[in-house]
Amino acid sequence: MTLHFTNARLINPETGSDAPGTLTVLGGRIQAVNGPRPGGAMEVDCAGQCLAPGIVDWGVKIGEPGERHKESFRSAGLAAAAGGVTTLIARPDTNPPIDTPEMLEFVTRRAAEASPVRIRHMAALTKGRDGHEMTEISFLLDAGAIAFTDGMKVITDTKALSRAFVYAKSLGALVVCHPQEPGLSIGAAATSGKFASLRGLPGVSALAERIGLDRDLGLVEMTGARYHADQITTARSLPALERAKKNGLDVTAGISIHHLTLNELDVGDYRTFFKVTPPLRSEDDRLAMVEAVAEGVIDVISSFHTPADEESKRLPFEEAASGAVGLQTLLPAALRLYHAGQLDLPSLFRALALNPAKRLGLPQGRLAEGAPADLILFNPDTPFVLDRFALLSKSKNTPFDGARMEGKVMATWVGGTQVFAAK
Amino acid sequence: MSFRARHLLGIEHLSPQEITTVLDLADRYVDLNRRTVKQSDVLSGMTQINMFFENSTRTQASFELAGKRLGADVMNMSVAQSSVKKGETLIDTAMTLNAMQPDLLVVRHGASGAVNLLASKVNCAVLNAGDGRHEHPTQALLDALTIRRAKGRIQRLTVAICGDIAHSRVARSNLILLGKMENRIRLIAPPTLMPAGVGEFGCELFDDMRAGLEGADVVMMLRLQKERMDGGFIPSEREYYHRYGLDAEKLAVAKPDAIVMHPGPMNRGVEIDGELADDINRSVIQEQVEMGVAVRMACMDLLARNLRAERGRKAVGVMV
Repeated sequence: MTLHFTNARLINPETGSDAPGTLTVLGGRIQAVNGPRPGGAMEVDCAGQCLAPGIVDWGVKIGEPGERHKESFRSAGLAAAAGGVTTLIARPDTNPPIDTPEMLEFVTRRAAEASPVRIRHMAALTKGRDGHEMTEISFLLDAGAIAFTDGMKVITDTKALSRAFVYAKSLGALVVCHPQEPGLSIGAAATSGKFASLRGLPGVSALAERIGLDRDLGLVEMTGARYHADQITTARSLPALERAKKNGLDVTAGISIHHLTLNELDVGDYRTFFKVTPPLRSEDDRLAMVEAVAEGVIDVISSFHTPADEESKRLPFEEAASGAVGLQTLLPAALRLYHAGQLDLPSLFRALALNPAKRLGLPQGRLAEGAPADLILFNPDTPFVLDRFALLSKSKNTPFDGARMEGKVMATWVGGTQVFAAK
Repeated sequence: MSFRARHLLGIEHLSPQEITTVLDLADRYVDLNRRTVKQSDVLSGMTQINMFFENSTRTQASFELAGKRLGADVMNMSVAQSSVKKGETLIDTAMTLNAMQPDLLVVRHGASGAVNLLASKVNCAVLNAGDGRHEHPTQALLDALTIRRAKGRIQRLTVAICGDIAHSRVARSNLILLGKMENRIRLIAPPTLMPAGVGEFGCELFDDMRAGLEGADVVMMLRLQKERMDGGFIPSEREYYHRYGLDAEKLAVAKPDAIVMHPGPMNRGVEIDGELADDINRSVIQEQVEMGVAVRMACMDLLARNLRAERGRKAVGVMV
């Protein structure tokens, strides 16, 4: 079936254009941008709303296997479709972790059966995510692993990590690390400073991230590995990152939407839904990171969707689980940066869709002829108050509960098939 | 009189007027406590539960005595040994107790913010008897009362707080209270035991004890927790005592009438010289313990008044 979108505001992250136009979809792919209407095509009137490539959300935690009560492929897929996310890049920090080709085949099959949106899997970099022996990277690549990571667990055995880097490099595999000096961050629940001291929370210096990043970048220089830092959240890390990029290292970096839109003071009176890893930073850091995204030093914005059940959050702050759900709040939260005049929509979708797709070697994230028709239609100005119990995720641990937000996804298509329509 | 708080979770939420109200009332309870017959009936018929998730002898005894002297039915739950060991969560324990309809809940817990969490789930008045390294409000109030009685005022004094500031809830509550009452505060600690960003609270920081004590009106020593030794925060007890232990020689640079305080229990020869601790001309450590009972009586009395008023309003609402 041919779809012809008319009267759309096309957000094209590749060309940076934000202009009215039409788009034609045939056979699950984009056939033409601003082309004539083919005969027999079904017309979709966008009513002047934004049509953009679907979000590629890199680093989503899904509870399968092991923690299906927190999130399943089905619930994550439905939440993603409603949130404008058309490709989920899942983390391997499940229980047990995804560290063998057999396990990867199992989750790939489960995901394909259950989810309305695309799900691709990262595999563990070391067996059991215990930081010593590397996984079967070649077999895992054959089974469809898109990148390799131990999640937020830092590999402290530098020798083992350098071997994994060298081996991954020879296969062209992308390695994702969590830059952090674990000796400094152990037990920390907040960023050290005035707020953490006032609340009596164990803190970690923002510099622990820089120390971790410096080590990783040193290893990248040594081995030539393809490296992505999952979250760079402090201004102190930026010069090292910029320098590495300038020196031609194959390095990219991401950030969570929470670190771009919230700061440490939001924790307030020990609100555990604001406990994330790494901890929220100062307002100065937040503003520096927004600028880094605008300048392209930080490449990727993602939700770092981490479902946690009520029991694990209804605990004293230090003991509470870390992480927040974000599939459905990623776009409206990111639109805060647009409404604040800090990023235009094409730049926003460059970080949300194009850059992660490019880095992961996916054809998504583009409004170009031949690209997959993974599209979202949204109105950036629709206001609403978020009710966490209306989220489709099984877990409701969002820091945006009760927040006033703007931006509503009206419809989502994956490969030209509509998977979500707003009521 | 002004005291509007529903719970006493920390000094942070109290106004200077509320602090003064507590101290004024506590002064009257000091007089009561010095009589032979110490009975009052302001809490008669009310139930007070002391729930200590961390072991404590002194604070628990002080709260128990305070409740009993005011005529409350006091129960001690030694939670440290019971249900928590069986895997019950803090909130479940709180809900269970709440169902027994207590009026005052005194809680100590090892995690910062745990008492705030608990207070949001129960419908009685909650008193924080220390949560993690966050706050210990009754200790700061009793320290303030001790200072006010010794110095005649609780404003415009130079107060030096010395020791393990980083892990001390006593230091935090005192810092906030003394700041609210407009005193000059100096923090003295080795840099490893000084919390980050504390300079932004408007106090002066010293790692040289003599410089910090110079001209001080009040010297507040903190307990050095033995377990900190293993964390590598200080090289040894003897080096710590040499640099940060309070003795007559170091105290000589403070004002001649400076008083010496300690929240107890003391490590003699680690943070304070034993002889100095017993010097009745300088040390007010025993008085602090006495003020503790009076301050806790005052706090519970005020919270109970607010609780009665609140319940009264609710009851009237039902009738209308």
